Amino acid sequence: MDPMEAIKQTYYQECDELLLAMEEGLIAMESGEADSEMINAVFRAVHSIKGGAGAFGFSILVAFSHVFETAMDLVRSGKLNPTPDVVKVLLRAGDKLSDHVNAARNGTTGVDDVEVKAELARLTGADPEDTGVPAPAEFENLAFAPIMIDIGDDEPAAPATPVWHIRFAPQAGLYAKANEPYLLIRELGMLGAIEVTADLSELPDLTSLEADQAYFAWDVLLRDCPDRSKVEEVFEFVSGDCDLKITEEATAPIASAISAPGLPSLDDDEPVEPAPVEAASPVAETQLEEKKAAAPAAAPAAAPVAVDVVKPTIRVDLDKVDRLVNLVGELVITQAMLSQRLLDNTQQGQNVSVGLGELEHLLRDLQEAVMAIRTQPVKSVFQRMPRLVRETAAQTGKEVRLEIEGEATEVDKTVIERLGEPLTHMIRNAIDHGLETPEERVALGKAAEGTVKLSAEHRGGRIIIEVSDDGRGINRTKVRQKAIERGLISANGNLSDEEIDNLIFLPGFSTANTVSNISGRGVGLDVVRRNIVDLGGRITIGSAWGKGSKFSLTLPLTLAVLDGMIVAVGNQTFVLPLSHIIESLLPKADDVKPFGANGMLLNVRGAYVPLVSVGRLLNVPGASHDLHNSVVILVESEGVGRMALAVEAIVGQRQVVIKSFESNIGRIDGIAAATILGDGRVALILDIDGLVAGCREGAGRPIDYQQALGA
Amino acid sequence: MSSNDTDTAQERRQYITFLATGQEFAADIMTIREIRGWTDTTALPHVPDYVRGVINLRGMVLPVIDLKARLGLGLTEATAKHVIIVVNSGDRTIGLLVDAVSDILTVSRQEIQSVPDVMRESQNDYVEGIAVLDGRMVTLLCMTKLTSSFGGGVDEFVEHAA
Repeated sequence: MDPMEAIKQTYYQECDELLLAMEEGLIAMESGEADSEMINAVFRAVHSIKGGAGAFGFSILVAFSHVFETAMDLVRSGKLNPTPDVVKVLLRAGDKLSDHVNAARNGTTGVDDVEVKAELARLTGADPEDTGVPAPAEFENLAFAPIMIDIGDDEPAAPATPVWHIRFAPQAGLYAKANEPYLLIRELGMLGAIEVTADLSELPDLTSLEADQAYFAWDVLLRDCPDRSKVEEVFEFVSGDCDLKITEEATAPIASAISAPGLPSLDDDEPVEPAPVEAASPVAETQLEEKKAAAPAAAPAAAPVAVDVVKPTIRVDLDKVDRLVNLVGELVITQAMLSQRLLDNTQQGQNVSVGLGELEHLLRDLQEAVMAIRTQPVKSVFQRMPRLVRETAAQTGKEVRLEIEGEATEVDKTVIERLGEPLTHMIRNAIDHGLETPEERVALGKAAEGTVKLSAEHRGGRIIIEVSDDGRGINRTKVRQKAIERGLISANGNLSDEEIDNLIFLPGFSTANTVSNISGRGVGLDVVRRNIVDLGGRITIGSAWGKGSKFSLTLPLTLAVLDGMIVAVGNQTFVLPLSHIIESLLPKADDVKPFGANGMLLNVRGAYVPLVSVGRLLNVPGASHDLHNSVVILVESEGVGRMALAVEAIVGQRQVVIKSFESNIGRIDGIAAATILGDGRVALILDIDGLVAGCREGAGRPIDYQQALGA
Repeated sequence: MSSNDTDTAQERRQYITFLATGQEFAADIMTIREIRGWTDTTALPHVPDYVRGVINLRGMVLPVIDLKARLGLGLTEATAKHVIIVVNSGDRTIGLLVDAVSDILTVSRQEIQSVPDVMRESQNDYVEGIAVLDGRMVTLLCMTKLTSSFGGGVDEFVEHAA
């Protein structure tokens, strides 16, 4: 990879972290819980994003973050009171900032930030487009802030472009860091016309010259550059390693040496400075070093209790962790094999069983610890939601408050990565369909502001994520009617409340009368359910008319293991994913009916579902084809709904470690992956959807009824 | 991976030879990860008959290919005396069921004859050449081509299974 590209990637990663920190701080400010440290953290985040953006030349991003930073600086210094209105603007600015970062990452432009910029400017009292002028944020030293605002006001009155005198004297450290003064001066040359004079006065004679010392200095006269900040930008990376003075040459060459930084705001009458742009001078001669020094000082050393203590972390290649996870998995399996064999085959079983038991304990702990490396708090997904809520609320004109609970709950990284999309859909759905408009709510005697609650918790080895709202709930009559209109169910079908609720997951289903850009296309919940099922999870709805609805997601903690039902077919064992299983039953002989040329149907309490023998479908050697003596497992798949699978026996239920073999042999229809059982044998994990598909393709294969029916 | 391009005539390479169907085959020793005894496999559905199924190789699910069946000579009656050669080539690892492993050979390029043209067909593309040593004829197999010929995923299997 291009090294610059690699650095940029790191920058984007940092941006993501910074944006999260910023968002967290802003939300704390919104709820009024923010202390000065949090506000500082927001300021620093914006500042760091701006700094990096400057380095990569993302000028739009720099310009926007600059305005934002200015506003944050006023808040930080207490000049701007973070009232709810102000915080709202800041939150929107935060959203825009992350848009800008994304735009920079994707190389796109066209983030519409004019409005937000204008609002920020209104807060800071500056001209929104005048980003180049050293606005307060340029100067972390707070004492300067009032002076700076003065400049902003005076600026239009000072028409002449200044001539900057830049005295640039590199220190040895600048060269040690492989910086090249020539490049810096050339950079200045791009800003305007320059006159450069080298000052060689420090240069000693050859005998006393030390090769690693710095002796040169340059005086540069820069014309036609109205922006002081541009000049400073040139020296941004070397500011700690050189003596740099930037003064306004033409007007007050001497004054710059006299007036001290931090001087109280100057009156026009002040006799010290006769020059016409007197207000600018004291600021102009501030040395860059001082500002840099001020930045860290602004951050109080002791972190207040309210802030989460950031634990030290390391970034590790996921592959390395996965290898570790695999190895430990192997260890567990080997231990199980070993103990089974020892206990089965030897007389001294008793003696070793204690040791084996302890080994097992240790291994389980080790496995848990290793698996925990891959887990992350759901916070990273949840944190994206407040913004979504704000935007959706703004689009729909509803007032929404988002409550988040249990964001520290940890789940496997892969689960987290795939949780974002379904959550987005569910929250949008809750706001757009669930919540009423403020007027309706007031009329119903509810608070105008609706509440959407997002929570996560661990329960029974799985994670439960709930999205609930206090809106109108599901209108079952309407859902049913729509489903009939769209031909999704028959008009005289008798459906339970639960079944009606589940209709909203059907592809293409929407109760919205018009398609908006939030929802109404009927894609959302269908996608949600598919995503969740792909993750091995389940989704359920609870709803009370007029009181709200609750969507509960039950997800496995990791994708590396799966809850499965172990079944026997012929001389093989298979694993059925538990998430697909509805029930298991022993069918009576007259419940099985032949259907069509080669199909079979099973009567399950009045409903006929297709019955398929797993042994036949997969050509399992030694499988019995006697359907009457088999156990039937009723499964539900996304594609075809319910189906009955006939197996010979149910062995048990357990968590299995998923082993993919696709890379070695390619994909096999009907088989999702494999696992290794306690006895060391490989068992195949069935892919219900694939099985069903294979079953349809194989529809042409005739079935021997006599054999199938055991007659 | 393919040796033909870069090797000089002088270069000597080591091969492991093994027996299947009474013939002697050899594979580049660098592609062989380990050799182990036959264990019962878990059969896979919808695969050609030469894919004998999968076994547990210390936690890895390893597909086992019957070399005899792959050559079109019928299934091997596998017993505990049969051997699975674990071949690792490219990003694929497979097991190759053979009758026995016999020897390690050092062969230089110039001792390798190319496959006679009459015998050449796309199906035995994975035959790298023939080595004649002390009057024995050994067929050198290119493991990369052999393993990749079982894979490619569904298409391969659909074609064979049909």
